Amino acid sequence: MSAPTATRALDGLRVIELTSERCALAGKLLADMGADVIVVEPPAGSPMRAYEPFAGDRPDPEGALWWWHYNTSKRSVVVDLDSAQGADDFCRLASTADAVIEAEPLGRLDSLGLDWNQLGGTGDATGAAPARNDRLIWVSITHNGRNGPDPPATDLTVLAEGGPMWSCGYDDHSIPPVRGGGNQGLHMGSQYAVIALMAALMRREHSGRGQLIDVSMLAAANATCEFATYFWLNQQIEVQRQTGRHALPQISEPTQVQCADGRWLNTGVPPRRGPEFAALAKWVAEIGLFDECPYTELLALGESYELIDILHLDADPLAAEVFGAGRDTVNFLAERLGAYELFVGLQRIGLACGIVYSPEEMLTDSHFEARRFAVEIDHDGAAVTYPGAPFKFSATPWHATRAPRLGEHQELLAD
Amino acid sequence: MIDPDHCPPNWPNPDEPGALAGIRICDFTGQLAGAGATKILAALGAEVIRIEDPTNQGRWDILRGTQPFIGEHRGIEAGGSFNNHNAAKLGITLNLRDDRAKELLAELIAVSDAVTENFAAGVLERLGFGYEAQRAIKPDIVYVSNCGFGADGPYASFRSWGPIAQAVSGLTFQSGLPDLPPAGWGYSFMDHTGAYYMAMAILMALYHRRRTGEGQWVDLACIEAAGTLHGAASLDFTVNGRPARRDGMPNSNRSRSPAMAPHGVWACRGTDEWVAIAVRDDDDWQRFAAAVDEPWATDERWDRLAGRLAEEDRLEHLIGEWTERRGKAEVAEQLVSAGVPAAPVLRPSERIDGDPRTSDWGMWVTAPHSALGDTRVEGLPMRLSENDWAIGRAAPCLGEDNHYVLGELLGHSADEIAELAAAGVI
Repeated sequence: MSAPTATRALDGLRVIELTSERCALAGKLLADMGADVIVVEPPAGSPMRAYEPFAGDRPDPEGALWWWHYNTSKRSVVVDLDSAQGADDFCRLASTADAVIEAEPLGRLDSLGLDWNQLGGTGDATGAAPARNDRLIWVSITHNGRNGPDPPATDLTVLAEGGPMWSCGYDDHSIPPVRGGGNQGLHMGSQYAVIALMAALMRREHSGRGQLIDVSMLAAANATCEFATYFWLNQQIEVQRQTGRHALPQISEPTQVQCADGRWLNTGVPPRRGPEFAALAKWVAEIGLFDECPYTELLALGESYELIDILHLDADPLAAEVFGAGRDTVNFLAERLGAYELFVGLQRIGLACGIVYSPEEMLTDSHFEARRFAVEIDHDGAAVTYPGAPFKFSATPWHATRAPRLGEHQELLAD
Repeated sequence: MIDPDHCPPNWPNPDEPGALAGIRICDFTGQLAGAGATKILAALGAEVIRIEDPTNQGRWDILRGTQPFIGEHRGIEAGGSFNNHNAAKLGITLNLRDDRAKELLAELIAVSDAVTENFAAGVLERLGFGYEAQRAIKPDIVYVSNCGFGADGPYASFRSWGPIAQAVSGLTFQSGLPDLPPAGWGYSFMDHTGAYYMAMAILMALYHRRRTGEGQWVDLACIEAAGTLHGAASLDFTVNGRPARRDGMPNSNRSRSPAMAPHGVWACRGTDEWVAIAVRDDDDWQRFAAAVDEPWATDERWDRLAGRLAEEDRLEHLIGEWTERRGKAEVAEQLVSAGVPAAPVLRPSERIDGDPRTSDWGMWVTAPHSALGDTRVEGLPMRLSENDWAIGRAAPCLGEDNHYVLGELLGHSADEIAELAAAGVI
């Protein structure tokens, strides 16, 4: 694929990223929007180059799919921070940069004389730094900020003590709570890091000065728990986890149904308004199931409701029965239709619901194909399909190139 | 461009402007997927002006008047989630069925840097304020729309909220244990995360505009943002042809990418008490085995990852027998001090009011609400050394800032504003 002709949102922005699974997403988000992100790897290569799975299942530091995904659009240099030459190389890189992003163990960079205190800010120059870069924005992602502590931690443990896991799992609480998949405990810190970095860049346009951004992964997880947090802050009530739906103080009705083809559908909120009941009854008839469906009389009653108040069903037994009939009709349809047919059918009549796709099924769905969500990225002549843009910019589009080979851009250090 | 040191009237200390001082957002967002984005920007110092419909008392955002309520309060000012997602913002009312309200909106867009919304696709266009109309008012406007399926495509009319975005994107599927239904995320994870992507999009587009003068429209489809969040699994399919939908999958408490074992969540002493443990490599295993100090832990067949993976079920069973006799905090402390990643699964009470790490960070902010007094809201998980975030006020009451915005900002007299209120325009 050729380079885009449009300008890039982050054109001209240079970011130095010390490779880590904790900040790789931050660098990717910036690089895919046009920033020149230089990922600094140790001589042995980023640890992510050893993570399974590999292309063709052949262990190869250039074939790790983690590396491919999280390092698109970046350039790679190898720098041994523990050596005098490497420290000098890193200082020179930082002196040319708009931002440094790092997730090193607390204290490591300071002990090497390569921290914000030495390379950024405006105080007296000390250590190995040739000159401070007072425009530098330094983004530090740690377990719980630069005041620590900094225990050994992974995606799993961050989600456990940060709150999300309490809300994820099953009705049966003898089954362990569940880690939400996809490394989200690592992502949250990076997402907040990018927001903070962009805000600091906006400020620098006015002040001319950089600053230090201190991101806590533990706090980021705590900020991503929705009702579990709001029920406690406002009511001192704890939510309890429930299969495939919101953790709430009380056990609620299921919102997932297994369809005739074995796949699952999230049923969203069943019909509550008159026209929704009418549309559902009409669709049941259209697909030839009207006579078989035992709920059609109640659906007809539902047509007279402007809006059923589902928070006060106790006060109106008929409304409760009508509302239940809407839910039962969806379950009735699930026993007879595949998940995709039910998803599209219900959405076409205005009922919000969602098929439970696996990642590859979302990538190849007709809607996301029409929107060109998946993209092909050139790997030295071979096209590889990736998930594409998280957002569509009309003037400065997202665009990604393949992740760099180890030290592929070593010539940058000769500048 | 407004004064780059301009602080909104509810900013706590005008001598210390936020990083986004001088940015003004004309904000139609609601719920969490949208409102959560502009809450972050407001806490960073932007002047976020939230627009609500006076005819239904702002109830387009259902969170305004639903549980969890703030303490004993009830009604449209008492929604605790609403209060959290709209802290630090200003609030005005506009009845956009009325032409005078449309004129006021045009005046506001003319002095704003960005317009933000998370209506269903096409709603703002039908109100007469699609991107082209916004550009006609302010040629360099940044417009960010956020809806589940995006602004175009075969499902553009489909409706979505967090759990639906999670289902369709593959996130729900990827969270669960074998031979059980999808566990998914027990909350609107993609409303949070969609809001993070929306905040990034607004700022990246504003940064580009600041440097080039060019505005643009960002079409954010929450499901597409979600579809970028399990990249290695997607590539395993596109590169290796290995679908995530296969026997034994998912098992998201284990780790195969990268491969680690043991890796999971075990029951501890007490009811619904759990500890998470991740043995990252063979060195971690040696530390773990020493800390556990049980005969089985020294078995040589588990010295290497391959051996631990081969008998993971049995290993997990033995670990469970060890953890179930101990408290979760005790297990986690013992392993962490040995250098092995471990953590208790914390309940809301434990992580909010029982964990000094989050309170010392300042995660739980007491914010004054103009009608209800002090309320509690979330802070932000990052600190900026020169222009830190601040939340000086809780969410605005319905129309609370009509006089500031329509009067001070847009120059209408108190008499005019009173007349507009009497006519139901605001």
